[in-house]
Parts: sequence; C-alpha cells; structure tokens
Amino acid sequence: MREALSLGGNHALLTRANPLAKFTAVVLITLVLALSIDWVSASVALACELLLFPLAGLGPTLLWRRGWPLILAAALGGWSTAILAPDTGSILLDAGIWSISAGSLQLGLGFMLRGLAIALPAVLLMSCTDPTDLADALAQNAKLPHRFVLGTLAAMRLVGLMAEEWQTIGMARRARGVGSHGNPYQRVRATLGQGFGLLVQAIRRASRLAVTMEARGFGGAQRTWARPSTFSGLDLWVLLGGLGIAAAAVAAALAAGTWNLVFLTRQ
Amino acid sequence: MTSNGVRPAAVTARGWGWRHAGRPRPAVQGLDLDIGPGERVLLLGPSGAGKSTLLHALAGVLGDSSAGAAAAGSPTSPADSGDADETGSLLIDGAPPRAQRGRAGLVQQDPETQVVLSRLGDDVAFGAENLSVPPAEIWRRVHEALDDVGLAGLPLDHPTAALSGGQKQRLALAGILAMRPGLLLLDEPTANLDPAGVLEVRDAVGRCLDKTGATLVVVEHRVAVWKDLVDRIVVLQPGSAAGSGVLIDGPPDRVLAQARDMLIAAGVWVPGHVPPARARAGTGAPDGAGLAAGPAAGPAAGQLLLAAENLAVSRERPRRAGPRGGFRSIPPRPVQSGITAQVRAGEALTITGPNGSGKSTFALTLAGLLRPVSGAVSATLELSAGAGIDPYKWKADQLIARIGTVFQEPEHQFVTGRVLDELMFGPRHLGRGEERVDELLERLRLAELVDANPYTLSGGEKRRLSVATVLAAHPQVLVLDEPTFGQDANTWAELASLLSGLLDAGTAVVSVTHDEEFTAVLGGTQLSLAAPGAGAPHRELPGVAAP
Repeated sequence: MREALSLGGNHALLTRANPLAKFTAVVLITLVLALSIDWVSASVALACELLLFPLAGLGPTLLWRRGWPLILAAALGGWSTAILAPDTGSILLDAGIWSISAGSLQLGLGFMLRGLAIALPAVLLMSCTDPTDLADALAQNAKLPHRFVLGTLAAMRLVGLMAEEWQTIGMARRARGVGSHGNPYQRVRATLGQGFGLLVQAIRRASRLAVTMEARGFGGAQRTWARPSTFSGLDLWVLLGGLGIAAAAVAAALAAGTWNLVFLTRQ
Repeated sequence: MTSNGVRPAAVTARGWGWRHAGRPRPAVQGLDLDIGPGERVLLLGPSGAGKSTLLHALAGVLGDSSAGAAAAGSPTSPADSGDADETGSLLIDGAPPRAQRGRAGLVQQDPETQVVLSRLGDDVAFGAENLSVPPAEIWRRVHEALDDVGLAGLPLDHPTAALSGGQKQRLALAGILAMRPGLLLLDEPTANLDPAGVLEVRDAVGRCLDKTGATLVVVEHRVAVWKDLVDRIVVLQPGSAAGSGVLIDGPPDRVLAQARDMLIAAGVWVPGHVPPARARAGTGAPDGAGLAAGPAAGPAAGQLLLAAENLAVSRERPRRAGPRGGFRSIPPRPVQSGITAQVRAGEALTITGPNGSGKSTFALTLAGLLRPVSGAVSATLELSAGAGIDPYKWKADQLIARIGTVFQEPEHQFVTGRVLDELMFGPRHLGRGEERVDELLERLRLAELVDANPYTLSGGEKRRLSVATVLAAHPQVLVLDEPTFGQDANTWAELASLLSGLLDAGTAVVSVTHDEEFTAVLGGTQLSLAAPGAGAPHRELPGVAAP
C-alpha cells in the first residue's frame, strides 16, 4: 500500500508533467466518455490510452498489478450487461432468463470498454504522479485551501500505516482468543471488534499527528512553498493530448454514427 | 543571538496550572519555574506529575482554555465545565506560547507520528514553510538540519516510511531545527527506540544544542541517557490540593544525590541503580512460583515444547503474480531466514538483533500468529496436547491456552471496556481458570482498577494488564515483544520478578528485547538475529547467568 503510493524508481516522461495538467487531461477524457454509451468512442479512447502507458512508465505487468480490480470489474460489468440487457438482433445464447443477443453483446462490450477507458486514465495518473506533488499543484495552482490539501496528504500517509495496524490488531486479538473461526455471526462480531480497535488506534495516531503538525506551525493563514509547482511546455502537450483523445473519440463515434448522449437515449 | 540566527528562549511559569477538558483534577497546579536562555533541563517526576502537559503548553498545542488568566483564585468545581482550564501564567520570552508559532519545537514519543510527509526533504521543509520562510532559505536550512542530525547521507527524496525509529526521531529533530526555534522540547523522544537509536538521537540533540545554544527541556525517565547533556534537573510532583509544582531543582549530580531514594521510589531510572527483581531460583524454593502453578502440573523443566526448524519469516502474505502468471501466488520475500530455535519448559529464550532483522516477525511466527514463509514451527506433544503439530492452524482458544503472546502495544490486545472483563475474557472462553484472576489482580496491582476502562490506564498499568490478561489463560509458553520498552523502573522490576517466577514454575518465556538487564534476570539462551542482507549465520549465545 505504501509502496503503491510512491513513485519508486519511475522516471518516465509523464512523471515530469505538472499533476494539475495531468489531472485536467484525465478529467476531459473521462467527462467525454461519460456522455455516451457506445463502443466506438470507448475503443478509440482506450487505444490512445494504451499507447500512452509507456510514457507513464507503466508496463503490462505493472498495469495489471495496479489495475486488476478495475479491469476485473469492467469485464464483469460488461458481462452482466450482455446477459441482462433487453435483447435486440439475433440471439447468440439463450439460457432461460439469461440471454445474449447481438445487440446486448454490443452494449455489454461498449460498457466494458467504456469502463476501462474511464478507469485506466486514473491508474495512469496515479502511477506517474507523486501524491505530494499532486497536493502541491492542487494548493498552489488550483488554489484549493492548503490546510485541507496538506491535512489530507498527511492523513493519506497514515492510511498505509493503518493497513499494517489492521494486520497487527488481528494477530493481537487472536492472541487473546478472538478467532476468525466460528459461525458467520461470530466472525462478523470479531471483525467489528477489530475494526473498533483500529478506529481507536487511528484516532490516537491522527491526534498525535495533528499535534506534530501544529507544533511545526501548521494552521496559519500564510505559508511559503519549498516546492513551487510550475508549468512547462510538456504540460501544454499533456493538455493537448487529453483534448486530442477526447476529440478523437467523439469524432470517431460521430463518423461511425454510434454517438448517443446518455441523457437523450431514454425515450 | 548566535551566528545561525537562533535566539535562545527563556521560560517563566508563575502559579501556572492546567486542567484538561473533562478531567476533574488539574494536571499541573501552582507551578513556579524559571528557565534561563540556553539552559538545558531534564524534567523528571512520577507519572501524573504533568510533565507532558507542561511540554505541550510550551509548544503551544494544548488547545484553548475557557477561563485563561481570569480563573486565578476562583476554583472551578469539576462538574462546572467540560472545557479546559488555565490558571496563572506560562510565558516564553514574556509572551504566551500560542502567540509565537515556531519559537518552540516539540518532538514526541511515537516515531510514526513525528513524520508528516513521505519524502525526507519535504518533511524537514514542512515547518519552515508554515513559518513562511522564503523557499531558497528553506532548502539551505533543510540541508543544514539534515547535516546536523546526521541524515545528510540520504537523498532528499528518500521515502520517510523506510527510516528506522531512531532515524525518524532525528528527522523530526531536523524538521524542528529548520524552524530555528529558541526552545527545544523533547517528550520521551527515545522511549520507543532500541539502544543504538537512543544514542543516535541523544547525540544529535547534543550536537544541535552545542551549535545553536537553544534552550532544552526534555522529559525522559532514563536519566543516564541525558544526565551528561543537561545542566539542570527539575523534579515535578503530582498536583494536590496543597499545591504542586517543583519538588527539587538543581544541577544533575546534586539532585541525583539528594533525591536518589525518592526518584527510585517514583520509578525513575537513576544511573547506577538496577531495580531489584526476583532472582531465578538456583536450588532454593521459588517464592513467586505460586502464581504459575496451575491446576494441571506442567511439563518438567527443560522439556522441549516448541521448535523452529530452518524458518523463514515475513509479515506479508503471498501475493498474486502478473498477467502472465495468472493467479499463481508468489511467496513474500522473507525478512529473515534459516532460523532454528528451541523453546523449553522453564527456560528463557531471548531474541536480539538490530532494527529490521525480523525479531518480532520471528516471535509472532513462533507464537502461531504468522504463517511461516518456509521451514516449520512444530509443537511437541507436551504442548499441543491433541491440538496438532502446527500452532498456526490451532483455533484461537486452543492457542491461548498453550502459547500466550504479549504485544508491544498493550492497546492492540484490549477486547473489552473494563479491566475485570479483560482479565475474565480468556478464562470465560476456555471455561476454566477464573479463580486465577483474583490472584493476578493482586500480583500485578490491578485490584484497585477492576472497573476502569483499559484504554484510560497509565502506560505502566496497561503493560501490567496486558501481561495479566495473557497469563489468565495459563499458557505454557509466553512470548513477549519488547515488554520493557518505555516502562518505568517499578513496572520493569515487577515484570522481571513475575517472569522469573513463571520460569521457575516451568513456563517457557520467549522475549524479544534489547534490554540487557532484563535478559540478565531471565537467564537462558540468547538468539541473535543478523541484520537483513548481512548473510551472517545467527548466533546462539549462552545466556547471561542470573545475578
């Protein structure tokens, strides 16, 4: 968890771009894809994104390791759409209430591709962006309140710690005789107890961290930034790239005649 | 004013008192104290004397009080208000601490919460940023501060999560130095560190003080560590109606000579004094053994109970491979491997080694709480009594009756909201042994606290309770992870005496510890784990004979 949040040895091109520029580009793509359910715009965007992954220093192995829950969720979503959507066109498979037709398969495929095309830019963003740099950009460039941004950043560091603490508390409670054995009710109770233990520790840690931050002068109205968050020529390319992918997706869908705005399709 | 812009601060307390919100009695009352610029003060006193409260107040992090100075002379009744109460005055250079951000810098006990950001350089810069120091000046200070605390060898983007406890505390010190405070406040900064870490931090503090001339106030009950670095010891006493505040005040040698007996009685670690603990019995009748003699007679001393064979350990679980490997699971990289050890009835096994050598991980694996990466932990028939050979596969109630584990942080093991329930928890689950609870309450001085909430106890009380709860299930093997970390001398002596009695009565005691005096009391074998990647074999040393 803690490793996943840091960049490690990633020195790919996109790690040098301003996080706010990357963030904006991702939002652009996501917004456009959220407008339509069609497989053309989704596949065009997805293809462009996959081409960009090497620029973020993300190979297929790492992509799978970071993104497998999303990839799995998209596949499941696509599958369930395919079997549950109203049938149109020729029936390809029929098993009682579950059936797959050409139309529902297309819809399911579109759904899956769209899910991936929306989710992967976020994986891309996080794998080439250090959270500290993102916080710097959000506070300095996007002018979000620094107390909120830095407080969240410091708390995020504790999240990794909490994952370790969860494991320790689990063991500590087993050593007291609270087991993960027994019937479902007992298991739920044991998990709730462990959750309470974690909550207590989280609050203690958080309040000690708050004291640490306050003792270091945090909380004033003014502060300076040791890491000025600046834009460069690369960021212009990042923005243009985001805009380009979004435009290409819409253009391709319009040309293929598949573009349909989600809020207009219900008749 | 010294060359590098630090102006040592003066502290003045006049009849100062503080009552925390929701507490009936003040933590500090009627304190009169003057600390001159550049003085180095070690603050001592029994727990409850308000040492930490004073440091937090000086750091300006105590929060707001309802009454402030107006309350002086008008006693507030406990039920009166839920707000905190301040009386008298506490000033740094003649002004309230809260009004002067950055004038004082505080380092607390828990290294994990002393780190704010995830990269080394950023963390040091954090305080200076908050004080609106210009960026170019911040980085100059960051380099200087890292150099002063001996961390200049690490890159600025080094992940702070990868630092050891001692390094984290030095990093916290660097973050404070970058603020150029006139007053350094250290609240038990070394209580959670191993001996090497303690010296690292102490020496870094010494170097920084010599350089900046800043005023120091340190709270720590291991006097020997700080004695030569401070030029004054102030002993506080707990607040009472008669007034509290400073009990003794003077140069270290004089205070230690004058108040030696009082400090020893208060549980302070006075240099040259090892708290008397019950010695292991040679041939004579063991006096503390009554507790451990349970209903069933244990195995004979020296009987093998538990063995680790070529063990590799890790806290991580196996994880999934990449897309080409599908869902095949990859075993985690062990933090330590090739460990072989035996646990025998009535014998102590002490596990030592540097930070990161996997001492605790090994102990938890031995205790059946972690699955071995490779190799095996096996229980002999004497211990398993029908539960099977692998402790990791035992059910929780089978485990606690055989192997009891005391974690480093007592709070991790609390499962109820009341001391008595906490002690009864194990016996109730097992359906036997409730009669031992009274004895444990007496033996570990918890009888007065039966109705208290475990989370509200003092550090020493929590430690005693966590040991008692595990003993209540009457395990034949007791595993303790750093049981003496941060404990005062009185709790230390009680713990050492108790374990020495248990050993004589046939319990096997496995402890992860850096504490040489503690090891000396328990005797037995010492297993020294090598640093990760050192490649050296683990040494098993003959135990130090009990004194």
